[in-house]
Amino acid sequence: MSSADLTSERDLPPEREASARGDIAPERDGPRDTGMDDASLHRWLARTWRTPPGIIGALSSVDHKVIARRYLITAFLFLCLGGLNAVAMRIQLSGPQRGLIGPDLYNQLFTMHGVTMMFLFAVPIVQATGIYLVPLMVGTRNIAFPRLNAFGYWVYVSGGLFAWVSFALSMAPDVGWFAYVPLSGPEFGPGKRADVWAQMITYTEVSSLAVAVATIVTVLKQRAPGMSLDKIPLYVWALLVTSFVVVFAMPAVMITSTFLILDRLVGTHIFNPAEGGDALLFQHLFWFFGHPEVYIIFLPATGMVSSIIPAFARRPAFGHLGLVLSLIAVGFLSFGLWVHHMFATGLPKLGASFFTASSMLIAIPNGVQIFCWLATLWDGRPVIRTPLLFVFGFFFTFVIGGLTGVMLASVPLDLQVHDTYFVVAHFHYVLIGGSVFPLLGAAYFWFPKITGRMMSERLGRWHFWLALVGFNAAFFPMHIVGLWGMPRRVYTYPAELGWENINLFISAGAVLFFLSFVLFAFNLVHGALRGTPAGDNPWDAGTLEWATSSPPPSYNFARIPVVTNVEPLWAERVALPVASGLRVDARELIISTVAEAHPDIREKSATPSIWPLLAAIAVGATFLYSIFTPWAIVWGAAPIAVTLVGWFWPKGDPEDEE
Amino acid sequence: MNQRPAIDLADLPTFGHGPRSPTWWGTLGFMALEGMGFALAAGAYLYLATLWPNWRLSAPAPNHWPGTIVTLLLVVSLVPNHMLNRYAKQCAMGPVRIGMVVMSLLGLAPLIVRWFEFPALNIYWDTNAYGSMIWVLLGLHTTHLITDVGDTIVLTVLMFTRHGYSGRRFGDVGDNVFYWDFVVLTWIPIYLLIYWVPRLG
Ligand code: HEM
Ligand SMILES: [Cu+2]
Repeated sequence: MSSADLTSERDLPPEREASARGDIAPERDGPRDTGMDDASLHRWLARTWRTPPGIIGALSSVDHKVIARRYLITAFLFLCLGGLNAVAMRIQLSGPQRGLIGPDLYNQLFTMHGVTMMFLFAVPIVQATGIYLVPLMVGTRNIAFPRLNAFGYWVYVSGGLFAWVSFALSMAPDVGWFAYVPLSGPEFGPGKRADVWAQMITYTEVSSLAVAVATIVTVLKQRAPGMSLDKIPLYVWALLVTSFVVVFAMPAVMITSTFLILDRLVGTHIFNPAEGGDALLFQHLFWFFGHPEVYIIFLPATGMVSSIIPAFARRPAFGHLGLVLSLIAVGFLSFGLWVHHMFATGLPKLGASFFTASSMLIAIPNGVQIFCWLATLWDGRPVIRTPLLFVFGFFFTFVIGGLTGVMLASVPLDLQVHDTYFVVAHFHYVLIGGSVFPLLGAAYFWFPKITGRMMSERLGRWHFWLALVGFNAAFFPMHIVGLWGMPRRVYTYPAELGWENINLFISAGAVLFFLSFVLFAFNLVHGALRGTPAGDNPWDAGTLEWATSSPPPSYNFARIPVVTNVEPLWAERVALPVASGLRVDARELIISTVAEAHPDIREKSATPSIWPLLAAIAVGATFLYSIFTPWAIVWGAAPIAVTLVGWFWPKGDPEDEE
Repeated sequence: MNQRPAIDLADLPTFGHGPRSPTWWGTLGFMALEGMGFALAAGAYLYLATLWPNWRLSAPAPNHWPGTIVTLLLVVSLVPNHMLNRYAKQCAMGPVRIGMVVMSLLGLAPLIVRWFEFPALNIYWDTNAYGSMIWVLLGLHTTHLITDVGDTIVLTVLMFTRHGYSGRRFGDVGDNVFYWDFVVLTWIPIYLLIYWVPRLG
């Protein structure tokens, strides 16, 4: 098709002004996809939805798949960096009195490890997976608020760089990943290290919140026609609940870190008991976020498991409704538990018992989920492939983590092992078992969709066993050494205590576990370059992301699917029902009603723009500067305002006008 | 995979007001998270207030008048705000332009009074934790006030350009109305916390 064809069709007279009342310019209507042959449809849509070429074009991209890919790669790199921190710590601890790393560097190492893993790896990677998959799974062409999504990515990378550049300058936070006052306060935390923690946290959480809002609106308003609430895939439910938890939990950590920087920078006394403040207030605020944080990481992982199991068990998930209700219940209960992180602070007795009880209550919905998964496998004809292996690894590891968790929920035991390696072992079982194993399974499962190629199954099996053995070798003995009394966050220990053999073993396990990630990285690269072509639906799975090509085109679906079942591709084996009537010369997608997903509006999705990047730079520079002077907020306001106006001011595209 | 046409959506409208539009939901999402921020800050204030029996920590009482004037201005502004919403729904350009100008002015007015509200607190943020908390609460609300007034002014200018004649812009006006309600609503509990709750005990 020549460009002459494009202009002649663009000049078609407007055929319809039905909805225009009042002072609205009539819609300059463009060509529609109705009855268009596939080849021209692809040409039109590819032209309309493409990311512009060149560097500026790449930096302006608002395609959710492009942004998600960057997010995924960045988060994986942060995992590697955090892993290197851990390996460094373990080498130092592999024998008594080793002089490799001094206390000051060790403090920075475990803080950077915790901060990187929690804020720069675990949360971003689950959100990134959602950015990629949710729009595809609900059958739409882009995420809601694509520019906000791009902005979120830029904020995230620059926040991560900020932390790691500080580390390179030996200016990294050294007060633990939760930076308790008074240690991090103005009196005991001189220098800029705790300020780096505070501003980096506030800043990067802006990106989590932005992505959460975009995800929620995508799920509520952009579902394909017919995808009523009961037909939403479980993974999408998981991401929806998670995003709500983010919206209500993340502000707490931003408030905490903002109060901290105010105390440090302008002399407020919020956490200062000598002037009417309170140090425990910090812990309440922090854990109001910190406990739900665990579920922010864990819930999407359960969504992944709920996608992988039906695909390999060859039947829809058993107890779909039960699984959805459990997700929602876990989301609510995750807010009732924060105080169990503070048993050692001497809370009133009754309060503590209440929190013990509610900590145990959350076992019920989690139990329901596990039961439904096992029933699905039991009733299906499971095909054991690498993604499913990692799901088994998740079951095994997470159950151990859950058991030690129930132990810790009892106040007397918690007081005994508080701040020992028993706790370190527990939360790595929960975090790695509950989140990293499902993520690895998900990587093998969705890699073919993202790249169009398969990862090696043989290497995948090696990877699985190496990871499982390495992980348990590294972390199981930590329970034991913790019960023996080895405290966490110490840079060395004396030889007389007899802890050296077990620590050497732990370190060897840690190296083995790290190597499993090297193998994984090799498998990723090898698969992307040499893997066998995957086709649209290599696992013969049932949800919508498998209805389009691998990798999907910029516009995701040439025609928006119409959904009739939770597993639409299994229900409509002959031909997928689709909708027509959308414009092909503007970025149109369907807005539907919240509960029933009746198509309601032909909405225009935002076009590429460089302004989100510029806005992120303006906001980031303001945060960086604010470490040195509060006036940064005043100076930063003008550039931020300018970039935001640039972002929202219409440029005259059809996408802006209607 | 194979496809079969099932429905035709050519006749759907290209914009909608209120809960029909995704922007409204996005605005609601941001209100939820900002509201959570307000709630937590208020919670922190109450936590400290109950912790210390002599709350206000022997600081002088604030002069409530600037705050009360701000409150009155904000409450009064709700009336034109909702008239504006009606005009936006009707896509009536003339009244919407007037309404936007009025709302810009009614946004600036409390902001000016707010300038006098800070000194009327009769304490500095670094005097004690009570001073810190009321400055924080007032500052948090002022940030919202400033950003929303800025947003309103930019949108007002936009409505006077040719870009104004679009359903989407009228939808933006509606969302702006919605957000202003939020700014007014969040002020009420903060006003009570700063000026009246300490007088109870
Ligand atoms: C290569 C795998 C990993 C190894 C070998 C490892 C090892 C360790 C060790 C030894 C500590 C304790 C340091 C100390 O207290 O002195 C630690 C702390 C921690 N780890 Fe990991 N870890 C790994 C992966 C992860 C992952 C994937 C996460 C989260 C998703 C994570 C989150 C944390 C957190 C939050 C802390 C606490 C930091 C603090 O005390 O402030 N780790 N890790
Ligand atoms: Cu917890």
